[in-house]
Amino acid sequence: MSLRFVEGFKFTRMDSPIHRLDPRSKFILTLGFFVTSLMFTNIIVLLVIFLAQVPGIILAKSPSRWLRSLRGGLFLFVFIFVMNLIFGTPIVTSLAFAIRFLAIMSAFSFFFMTTSADDLGLALEQIHVPYSISFTFTTAVRLVPTMAVDAQTVVDAQRSRGLELDKGNFMKRIRNYIPILIPLIISAIRRSVELAEALESRAFGATEKRTAIVTLRMRVADYLVILATFVGVGLALYVYFKVPLPNLVIPIQIPRLF
Amino acid sequence: MISIENVSFHYTGGPDVLKNVNLEIKDGEFVAIMGENGAGKTTLVKMFNGLLKPTEGAVLVDGVNTREKSVAQLSRDVGLIFQNPDHQLFAETVAEELAFSLRNFGFKEDTIQRRVTSLLTTLDLNRYEKSSPFVLSGGERKRVALAAVLAWDPKHVVMDEPTIGQDYLQKDHLRNFIVQITSQGKAVVIVTHDVEFVAECRPRVVLLSRGKIIADGPAAEILTNPQAVKQASLVMPQIASLMNDLKDLNPPPNIIDAYAAKGFFSGKLKAKVEARAPTQRR
Amino acid sequence: MPAIEAKKLSFTYAGTEKPSMEDINFSVEKGEFVILTGPSGCGKTTLCRCLNALIPNFYSGELTGELIVDGINVDGRSTAELATHVGFVFQNPENQLFSLSVERDVAFGLENLGVPKEEAIERVRWAMEATGILDLRNKAPYELSGGQQQRAAIAGVLAMRPSVLVLDEPTSFLDPKSAEEIVEIIAKLNHELQLTTLLVEHRLDVVSRYANRVIVMDNGKIALDGPPREVYNDQARLIGIGLPKVTMLFHLLRIDGFGVTNPITVEEAAADLRRLLAQ
Repeated sequence: MSLRFVEGFKFTRMDSPIHRLDPRSKFILTLGFFVTSLMFTNIIVLLVIFLAQVPGIILAKSPSRWLRSLRGGLFLFVFIFVMNLIFGTPIVTSLAFAIRFLAIMSAFSFFFMTTSADDLGLALEQIHVPYSISFTFTTAVRLVPTMAVDAQTVVDAQRSRGLELDKGNFMKRIRNYIPILIPLIISAIRRSVELAEALESRAFGATEKRTAIVTLRMRVADYLVILATFVGVGLALYVYFKVPLPNLVIPIQIPRLF
Repeated sequence: MISIENVSFHYTGGPDVLKNVNLEIKDGEFVAIMGENGAGKTTLVKMFNGLLKPTEGAVLVDGVNTREKSVAQLSRDVGLIFQNPDHQLFAETVAEELAFSLRNFGFKEDTIQRRVTSLLTTLDLNRYEKSSPFVLSGGERKRVALAAVLAWDPKHVVMDEPTIGQDYLQKDHLRNFIVQITSQGKAVVIVTHDVEFVAECRPRVVLLSRGKIIADGPAAEILTNPQAVKQASLVMPQIASLMNDLKDLNPPPNIIDAYAAKGFFSGKLKAKVEARAPTQRR
Repeated sequence: MPAIEAKKLSFTYAGTEKPSMEDINFSVEKGEFVILTGPSGCGKTTLCRCLNALIPNFYSGELTGELIVDGINVDGRSTAELATHVGFVFQNPENQLFSLSVERDVAFGLENLGVPKEEAIERVRWAMEATGILDLRNKAPYELSGGQQQRAAIAGVLAMRPSVLVLDEPTSFLDPKSAEEIVEIIAKLNHELQLTTLLVEHRLDVVSRYANRVIVMDNGKIALDGPPREVYNDQARLIGIGLPKVTMLFHLLRIDGFGVTNPITVEEAAADLRRLLAQ
C-alpha cells in the first residue's frame, strides 16, 4: 500500500506537453488547485476542483500511475472520512473533507510526476534559492533509488544470515531492524563522504557566481497555464463570495460518540 | 546438490532477466559463474537460498524446492556472501558479528563460543576479536564477512564477486581457502569476472549472457574459446592469448596458466638445445 | 619544472601511531604515464589523495614534507582550488556523478568554476568527444553501463583542463572488456594531450603496456620506481603484486635456465618466444 502511494510522486521521463512545461508554471498551477481546495467545504465544488485535474493528467499521459497513487491514498481518505464522522461532522461534509485531501494530494502528485528533480533544482536556482539548498534537494532525490537498492541488499544479506523479519513479538521485531539500520546508516555515511570528496574534486563551492549551461525558459504554453490558474482562482473567489451553494444533506444521524 | 530446472525470472512488469536456465551443481564442485554486467549472474545465485523465487521452473536444493522453504531455512544449507561487506557488518565486535547468524539459527551458546573462537583462528582474525568491524581495513572487513557466513558451516557456499578490490596476495589466500573448503565436500560457487583468478583456480565455468547459459565446461576449455569469451564481455587470460598468437607452434590446446605454458616452452627449448649440441656422454 | 614533486612526504592518520605513508620522494615529468601499485595498505591511496589535497582537508592527521603539483605547493590549498590543476577520478562510478544528464554532469565542474556558458558548452563537447561519449549526452547516468559512467567521470574532470590526472583504481567495478576500453582512453588522453597521468591499479596485465613508469609501494614507502620491464623483477614478486602472467611465465623459464627477457605484453612475449625458438 505504502509503496503505491510513493509511486505517484515519482518522476518518469515522457514526452508530453505537461512534461515540457516549466516547473515554475506547473507549480503555480498546483498551488492554484491547493488554494482553491482549501477555500471550500462544499462537496460539489471540491469534486469539480478534483475532476478539473483529470484533463491535465490525461495530457500528461499518466492516467494509470495517477490512479495507482490515488489507490495508495485510499487509506488516508477513509481515515479522514471516518475520523470526521466520529467527531460529529455530517456525512456529506466528512466526505467533502476526504475529497479535499484527495484533490490536494493529487495536485502535488501531478506536479512531481511530471517534473524531473534536475529541472526542479534548476527552477529553485533560477528563483534564487541558495545553490547549496537546491543542490541538496536534487541530490537527495537522486539518491533515493540508490538507497532503496542498498536497503534491499542489506535486507537480503541479513536474511541470508538467518535473520527473520516477520517473526517474534513486537519488541523482537523492532530489535531485528538493528542489523538492517546500522549497515544502511554506515553505507549512507560512506557514500556521503565519497560524494563529498568527488564534489570537492569538481571545484564545488569554488566561486559564488555559479554558471549554468542549461536555463529554463518560460514559453507561451507556460504563460497560458499561469493565466489559466489565475482565472481559475479568480473564478473560485467569485463563487466563494457571490454564489450561494446548494447544500447536500443526507438526513442520517450518526450517534455522537464523543 | 543445487539443481536449476528450466528457470526463468523477471521482476514484476520487467523484462526477462533469466531465460530457461538449466544447471546442476554437485557437492564438492567448484563453479565460477561469469558473464557481462547485467547478464543475470547475481539474480541466479539469489535463487539458491530463496531470496528470489523463479517465475517459471524450479530450483531444488538437495532435492527440496526452494518455494517450499523460507530463506532462513535454505540459508542454513546455502551460505551467500555478498559483494560489499558493509552491507552486512553491524555488530559491536567482530566476535558478535560471527555469532549473529549462529544465534539466528538457534545454536547453543557453548557451541557458538567454540565456533567463533575456531573461526577467528582459521581466518587469522584473532587480534580483532574485540574490535569493532568498522575500524578494520577493506580486505579485513571482507574476511569478517566471509567468516560470518562460514560460521554456521553451510553445505554450499556462494560468493558474489569475492575478488573485487583484493590484491594479489589476498586473492592467493582466497584461492587456497576455496580449495580447502571444496576438499571438505562443500560446493563453492563464485560469481566473478576476474578472468585471471579463474585461470589460476581452474574451476568449472558457466558463462551467462543476457539471461542464458552460453557455455558450461572446464575453465581451460571455456576461457580459450574466443567467441564465447567475446559474447560474455570477457577477455582471454593472458596466457591463453599468448598460446593463441603462437598457434603455429602447435601447443597443446586449452593452456590458460603460466605453469602449463612453461612446461610446453621449456620442453621445446630443451629439445632445441639438445638438437644443436647433443650430449657427448658415453 | 616537474609536474609532480614530492619531498619527504609523510602522513599519519589521526588516531594511528604508524604512518600510512613515510618519507616519499619522487618527481614526475609532464606527460609521463605512471602506474602506482602495491599490496593493500601500502599507502598508494594515501599518496594519491595528497595530490589534490583531499589529505589533509578531508582526513585528519599529520602531514609533513613538501608536495608541489603543477608548480603549486599544495600546502594550505583547498581541493576545489586545485581542481583545475589536478583532476581526480574515483573508484566507484556511482558516487561521482551528480546530475540527471551526462552533458550536465560533465559541465558540473565548469559550472562550479563560473566558466561562462558558451565556453562551458564548448569545453563539455570537447571533453565528451575525447572520451567517446558524445552520443550519450542526453542520457541519465543511471542508464549507463559502468564503463560509460567512468568515461563520463573522466570527461567531467577533463573539461576542467587539469594538467595532471589522478585515477584511483577506476577499473575496480568494471568487467574486463570495459576495463580495457577505459585504460585505452586514458592512454590516448595521456599521449595526445600530454596529460600527466598517475593511475593507481592492481590489474597490471591491462595497464602495463601504456605506462612508461611503475612505482611500487610497500608498507608506506616507495620500494621500486622505474620502467615496467625493470620493476617487474624478483623483488616485486616478493612484495606480492599481481604481475602480468606473461611476465610470470618468463620468470619461470628463467628458473629453468633459459636466459630470457622480461616482456610485459602478449605481443612482446610471443615475439621473444619466436626469437628464442628460432635461434
